Amino acid sequence: MLYLKKVCCLALILLSDFNLIKMKKYLILLFTVIPLMYLYSQNDREKENRKINEKCFTCHGQSTYQFYNPEAARDVKYRMNPYRIIYSDRYYMSVHKSFKCTDCHSEDYDSFPHPSTLRFEIHYQCIDCHGGDETYAKFNFEKIEEEFLSSIHSTNHSDEFSCWMCHSPHYYSLSARKESNTKNIVAYSNSICLNCHSNIDNYQLISNERNSDLISKHDWLPNQQAHFNSVRCIDCHAEMNEDVLVAHKIKSKNDAVKNCIECHSQNSKLLESLYRYDIKERTSKYGFYNARILNETFIIGANRNYLLNILSVVMASGILLLILFHLFFRIIKKTK
Amino acid sequence: MKDKIYLFPVFIRIWHAINAIVIILLIITGISIQYALEGIMSFKSAIEIHNIFGLILIFNYLFFIIGNLISSNGKHYSLIWKNFSKELMQQAKYYVIEMFKHKITPFPINESRKFNPLQKLAYTATMYVLIPLLIFTGLGLMFPEIVIIRSVFNLATLFIADLIHIGSAFFVSVFLIVHLYLCTLGIRKHNTFKSIINGWHYID
Repeated sequence: MLYLKKVCCLALILLSDFNLIKMKKYLILLFTVIPLMYLYSQNDREKENRKINEKCFTCHGQSTYQFYNPEAARDVKYRMNPYRIIYSDRYYMSVHKSFKCTDCHSEDYDSFPHPSTLRFEIHYQCIDCHGGDETYAKFNFEKIEEEFLSSIHSTNHSDEFSCWMCHSPHYYSLSARKESNTKNIVAYSNSICLNCHSNIDNYQLISNERNSDLISKHDWLPNQQAHFNSVRCIDCHAEMNEDVLVAHKIKSKNDAVKNCIECHSQNSKLLESLYRYDIKERTSKYGFYNARILNETFIIGANRNYLLNILSVVMASGILLLILFHLFFRIIKKTK
Repeated sequence: MKDKIYLFPVFIRIWHAINAIVIILLIITGISIQYALEGIMSFKSAIEIHNIFGLILIFNYLFFIIGNLISSNGKHYSLIWKNFSKELMQQAKYYVIEMFKHKITPFPINESRKFNPLQKLAYTATMYVLIPLLIFTGLGLMFPEIVIIRSVFNLATLFIADLIHIGSAFFVSVFLIVHLYLCTLGIRKHNTFKSIINGWHYID
């Protein structure tokens, strides 16, 4: 952001000194050199941070770490706690890739062994950085926070349940906004839920109970596997709010959608949730059908073709009329 | 005293009775599913009834095919293309014009000719094209998890299956309406509805 502001300021200074003789030079500067400088400085900062991060990834980027033990007077090698491993390749594909570790973690991690007080380090939540930030206004983090706080996850578990229970700050990448294949969005989204709901170790981080068997819990659902592959858990288990792209207000299981026609109808609620990304297609009365064909998605009861509907009504009415005519003539002609 | 011929063997009558009930229930539940109507039954019940009767239709269809293979009934469904279009026109002309002039049907029913050309075309198309299409696409929709070819050229197979299923179902519904209406022809002289129950067809 700082770089962008600098570029804008420089552009304004240049424009304020604007005259016809210098125009060409300034325009060249404005449209070529300055954007290049901005890009370079961005990449430069990222490169610099990568270099700094290398130090952390030397140990935390792999399954073992090594250091000199002065007591033993030799190098020793230990296994890294798997929960403390951050895979650098995945990190550098995430939305937070341009940051250095100590942007979010304490600078004290610079020393080794890390000071024991760092165990009490408070982690940032999404809203701590993104709240009120105009750059990310389209994500509406404030509303997400509000939804999350009224969700069953938050109300049942209070502060124990944080953003990081579902979203990894190290690996998080946009799915719904970037993916064009609905099935990939579904698989990505559901893997977040299953990470705890089908993994007892993760589940018991915040609960003393056993996680329930999702398959038997959903026995009532016809074509269970097809549903699991084609719809996100949150499409039935969360309340959609049009201000945010992905629902975060997870409801109690008793309030989950169980009525088939809420999705299996032309007015399918999925249009407002899972399929709201194809806004362009959704707005066209012919479009939904085409979008679904191309997107390998199918919902019984919702995929009605407008033109075929009209055609079938016209054909059926025509045939009924013919029959009525025929019957009429049979009666007046007294045909057997 | 009218002549009568034994036109509908027992297996055909059993098959026809089951088929009639099954098709009517499949149309009702099919419309409920397609239009998400919950007036008569819930969506879930409609799906369950549709699935059960869909399976019954399959077994009944196999019964029909095997019956036709081992009896002589199958010959009524074999189309002879020579002069067929001419015969179709002749029959259509009878339904539209000649029957109102009290003329005799150009293709009277006898033991070797159960169907007139129009009936032959409609019944053969329904039983050997539409019903198999409905069965294949219906199975695909009933078990979407095990559809082997999930997508063809990146198109949704299920979606295409649904289109074919609904389209075929529409034509079967049209067939049912026209079939029922045409069975009322000549009802004062010989009751076709009775014939399909007792097997005997009365000749004028």
